[in-house]
Amino acid sequence: MRLQIKDLVFSYGSARILDHITMELGSSEVLGIVGPNGAGKSTFIRCIDRILVPEHGTVLLDGQDLETMDRMEIAKGIGYVPQSVSTVFPATVFDTVLMGRRPHLGWRSSEEDIDRVLEVLTMLKIKHLAMRDFNEISGGQQQKVLIARALAQDSGIVLLDEPTSNLDIKHQLEVMEIMRELVSKKGISVMMAIHDLNLAARYSDRIIMLNGGSIRDVGDPVSVLTADNIQSVYGVEVIVKHEADKPYIIPIRSFGD
Amino acid sequence: MSSEIKEQYTRFIGRKILFIVVFLILLILIAAVSALLGSADIPAADVYATILHKFLPAHFAPSPTETIDVGAIKAIVWDNRLRRILMGVAAGVGLAFAGATMQGILRNPLASPYTLGIASAAGFGAALGILLDVGIAGGRYLVVVNAFIFALIASAIIIGIARHRGARPETMILAGIAIGYFFSAMTALLQYFGEAEAVKEVIFWMLGELDRASWDELTMSVIVLLCCIPLLMWRSWDLNVMGAGDETAKSLGVNVERTRMVTMILASLVTASVVCFTGTIMFIGLVAPHITRMVIGGDNRFLLPASGLVGAVLLVGADAVSRSIIPPVILPVGVMTSFIGVPFFFYLIVRKRREYW
Repeated sequence: MRLQIKDLVFSYGSARILDHITMELGSSEVLGIVGPNGAGKSTFIRCIDRILVPEHGTVLLDGQDLETMDRMEIAKGIGYVPQSVSTVFPATVFDTVLMGRRPHLGWRSSEEDIDRVLEVLTMLKIKHLAMRDFNEISGGQQQKVLIARALAQDSGIVLLDEPTSNLDIKHQLEVMEIMRELVSKKGISVMMAIHDLNLAARYSDRIIMLNGGSIRDVGDPVSVLTADNIQSVYGVEVIVKHEADKPYIIPIRSFGD
Repeated sequence: MSSEIKEQYTRFIGRKILFIVVFLILLILIAAVSALLGSADIPAADVYATILHKFLPAHFAPSPTETIDVGAIKAIVWDNRLRRILMGVAAGVGLAFAGATMQGILRNPLASPYTLGIASAAGFGAALGILLDVGIAGGRYLVVVNAFIFALIASAIIIGIARHRGARPETMILAGIAIGYFFSAMTALLQYFGEAEAVKEVIFWMLGELDRASWDELTMSVIVLLCCIPLLMWRSWDLNVMGAGDETAKSLGVNVERTRMVTMILASLVTASVVCFTGTIMFIGLVAPHITRMVIGGDNRFLLPASGLVGAVLLVGADAVSRSIIPPVILPVGVMTSFIGVPFFFYLIVRKRREYW
């Protein structure tokens, strides 16, 4: 197991967001986290990376408690891709991705760091943007840059918060395929919060369905993304079809409250 | 194509280094011109001979002019002109460095020693000393020590509030602005009840002047700068990463809260050690980092030292102008920095090519 999460609890003020979540992330696994808005997906991911400090519970990275590790050690093991960022001051795409090398970096950036950045930019097909300003490129391109930064970090685990929310269908598939390829080639583990159920079904090995801060169901896509589960968690009527062992969700209508 | 990008990247770095070198040369040139300015009529050759005499006494010696003997020339060149030029360099570097750091850690283009209330607090400390004769140190250090301590009190309050509330940039900026207003009001109150002469002195203090520090004081100021600046430089990668947001910085291994505290303390120390000897010199701390960023971008590894040089060039240049407009009257340098800096800054804003510099 790469990550073991036990009994995680987090609240904003008196509102409990995560309620005793226990789960594991295996090696070379893509784990999709689905659930309606406000289910706690983003908070969950931030708690795992200790961007938010959970009230209760432990997260073990390869058996070691994150609480006993300093940030730099955690950053070497876990990468995080936020949904979007706004930068105030200018930074080129190249420099933004180079930031991902921070956990490995001295004051100067070495040849190796620069080569690694170029490699990742090539992989994500954004090399032509390298010298552009991050604020001047499109939202979808920015999202790819953020993913590139996390990949440049060379951590064994990558957490993604809605990695495809700003991407068109071609780029969605492209990003997902890159992640899958990294999982099978480099053996990294990926955990992603994702709204698009079809995308989640197609690219995840396992899916966790969150609702109201606790786990509603966990398992392979076929067993979790059932019409019943989706109906009770999202309050929508769907038809689930199966093709090549993957479920496809066709939305029908939303129930009134 | 990869090698092409690598080349572009290297060239980009080269351009930043070139900028630093150019401004270093510019600073030396401006200082050299500024050393010639003054009411005493000393030929340029003698001015430079006096300066070089200090380092290479065997090769250079000034010769007396018809009205001024060698001793007086030395006193004028070193004690009048160079002392103030060097204070200008130290103050310019310090204020710009502090401003660039504060803008970086607070992720806000408006942050500077002045907007965060540190300068107002120093002004209040000085006013307390001048008007009420109240202070910790006595004698000639009364005003200086007061200004220094109150500058640090202001940043201690900002940092204290931030500690309590989790060191979010917005909290720190709002706290700083509130502190600025508070100390300005306190100063105004003191002035309202003060003697006319003393009030005038307070106003003079607050206008900013490079002439006040003795050689020893200048040395103290420089020592603080030499201690703090390398520490800030060492954090420049962390500042870069924090520019992308606290969350990202944390995920990349930066201890955001601690870095923000430490850099804020260092920047405040730099500010206090400058402002207590010069008074409030506005604008440099805000504008020098922006001017620099417009040209070389936001990478703090280069931005911090380059801003320092731009700050020094602006301040020494402004001082030279303020001494030569209506000699022998020396206009306050704090006023001149704004007169020179604002139009230049507007020019840069108007002609900027990019979305944001």
